[in-house]
Amino acid sequence: MSFISQLINGLSIGSIYALIALGYTMVYGIAKMLNFAHGDVIMIGAFSVFTAISSLHMNPMYAVLIGIITCVTLGVLIEKIAYKPLRKASPLTVLITAIGVSFLLQNIVLLIFGSTLKPFPSIMEVDSFKINENFSITGKSIITMVVTFIIMILLTLFINKTKTGRAMLAVSEDRGAAELMGVNVNKTISITFAIGSGLAAIAGVFYASTYGFIGPYSGSMPGIKAFIGAVLGGIGSIPGAMIGGILLGVVESLSKAYISTELSDAIVFAVLIIVLIFKPSGLLGKNRTEKV
Amino acid sequence: MKNKFSKNHLVTFSIVIIAFLLCFILISSGNATRQFKGLLVPIGINIILAVSLNLAVGFLGQLTLGHAGFMSVGAYAGCLFSIQFQDILPMIIRFPLAMIAGGLVASAFGIIIGIPVLRMKGDYLAIVTLAFGEIIRSVITNLKFTGGAAGLKGTPQDTNYIIVFVVIFITLFVLMNLIDSRHGRAIMSIRDNSIAAESIGINITYFKLLTFVIAAFFAGVAGVLYGHNLSILSASTFDYNKSIEILVIVVLGGMGSIRGSIIAAILITALPEMLRGSDKYRMLLYAIILIFMMLLNSSPKFAQFKSKLNYKTLIGIIKSRIKKEA
Repeated sequence: MSFISQLINGLSIGSIYALIALGYTMVYGIAKMLNFAHGDVIMIGAFSVFTAISSLHMNPMYAVLIGIITCVTLGVLIEKIAYKPLRKASPLTVLITAIGVSFLLQNIVLLIFGSTLKPFPSIMEVDSFKINENFSITGKSIITMVVTFIIMILLTLFINKTKTGRAMLAVSEDRGAAELMGVNVNKTISITFAIGSGLAAIAGVFYASTYGFIGPYSGSMPGIKAFIGAVLGGIGSIPGAMIGGILLGVVESLSKAYISTELSDAIVFAVLIIVLIFKPSGLLGKNRTEKV
Repeated sequence: MKNKFSKNHLVTFSIVIIAFLLCFILISSGNATRQFKGLLVPIGINIILAVSLNLAVGFLGQLTLGHAGFMSVGAYAGCLFSIQFQDILPMIIRFPLAMIAGGLVASAFGIIIGIPVLRMKGDYLAIVTLAFGEIIRSVITNLKFTGGAAGLKGTPQDTNYIIVFVVIFITLFVLMNLIDSRHGRAIMSIRDNSIAAESIGINITYFKLLTFVIAAFFAGVAGVLYGHNLSILSASTFDYNKSIEILVIVVLGGMGSIRGSIIAAILITALPEMLRGSDKYRMLLYAIILIFMMLLNSSPKFAQFKSKLNYKTLIGIIKSRIKKEA
């Protein structure tokens, strides 16, 4: 494969990471917590689409819709049951609870579907885009990139132009002040979780179609990579998550192609560390000055 | 020596010694079940890991998620040492040397990783240490002399519960004395307010690195014990889930509480084994219990209940009961 094909491959994987990273970064910006269960929401999304297609024989479009609805409901429920009572608790307590939720989701799926990997039905049947004999882009990559691009534009518009979106920005800037200005903080946090989980469902479908198989633990690795992407771009920053996720995908794809397949994960993590050494708050993160 | 032992430490040490004697009597009289004997070493290893992580998270206040990485480096160093000197040195000399070797290699990694990483704070530090842990795992899997993905075979199985108890004792002795010393107070002052600590002349970088290296040393020693307990050592056991497991123990036991870490290590290690009867639902129950404990621990009503629940009020309640009955 030529360099450009590898690059496009990386862009496609990277846009999946970017979708997941958006969920991490939005929740972090607003609720100031690392939602470790986010990776498993992706997996649940993929599994619900899988069930809707293979058991209920639904049209793929409706199946994806079902997946999104499941994830949104799940995300809001998790927030209400597990995270809301911990608003005033220490960040570490919230982190451990999120890990507990992650274990819970994995094991529920393990009980229902078993541990064997399930082949994910191919729902994106689009011809590859051929330029010449040895250079073509698969239909999946095109759809993934186009859909991600559209979602990112819509999300940016939503956050900057609508009242709810600006409420989200306000809460992430200063929760107390936003509350005094009449922003309903609880509602805003719920909406954030809903959007993040909805994006996770879409990312889950793309990820499952790219790799072809899903299992109870298949959400954790893309989850961690996307998380790394969010931190790389500066956690809490929405454009940062987009750039960080895409960059991560490109680095992963290129190091798989030109350095070593086995060491590609290590290289991805090393890139994060190098970036953070020179820019401790990520590429687009805000430098917070400490006041005494 | 005498003034180095506060009353609090004596209580902890006597608990460990009593636990050891109980285990010794149970096992030598043949009353212990196989499950019980099999659990002692993993519990002990988790106690060492949790207490050492507590030094970094609870006392220094730096959230690190790469403890399993140090554990794996120590385990591999110690096991390779033991395999090398298996026929040359007798076990009684070789095993302590292997532990020291594992600990030293882990602390060397602690320095290498600590210098760039400890400039970061909070969640960034957590994610960078997680990344380092994953890098270590990924590199070990791809090296030849570590046995690669198939794992390292041929380590003598030297670990037994007596050695584990001795190591726990040494770990507690070192860490508790460190915490009570001038150095320990400096470490805790960084946790409470790093700017104030710096302004009174505490070298933050030095103390952060020192704590990180000591924590890494004991994680390495725990890794050596772990490696000599199993016939095969595989890098995949030291993924971030292992680090998280140790962190769960520390948080559950209470940050900055050594005794809490010990109790939580016993609970968390034994809990999945106890639930083994309901094998299919084991991990599900574990997850639910974990969430429930976290929610309970931070609910204000439970905190009120806990503050009432002490020695004096219990005696008061019992006395009033007796009075009523009389």
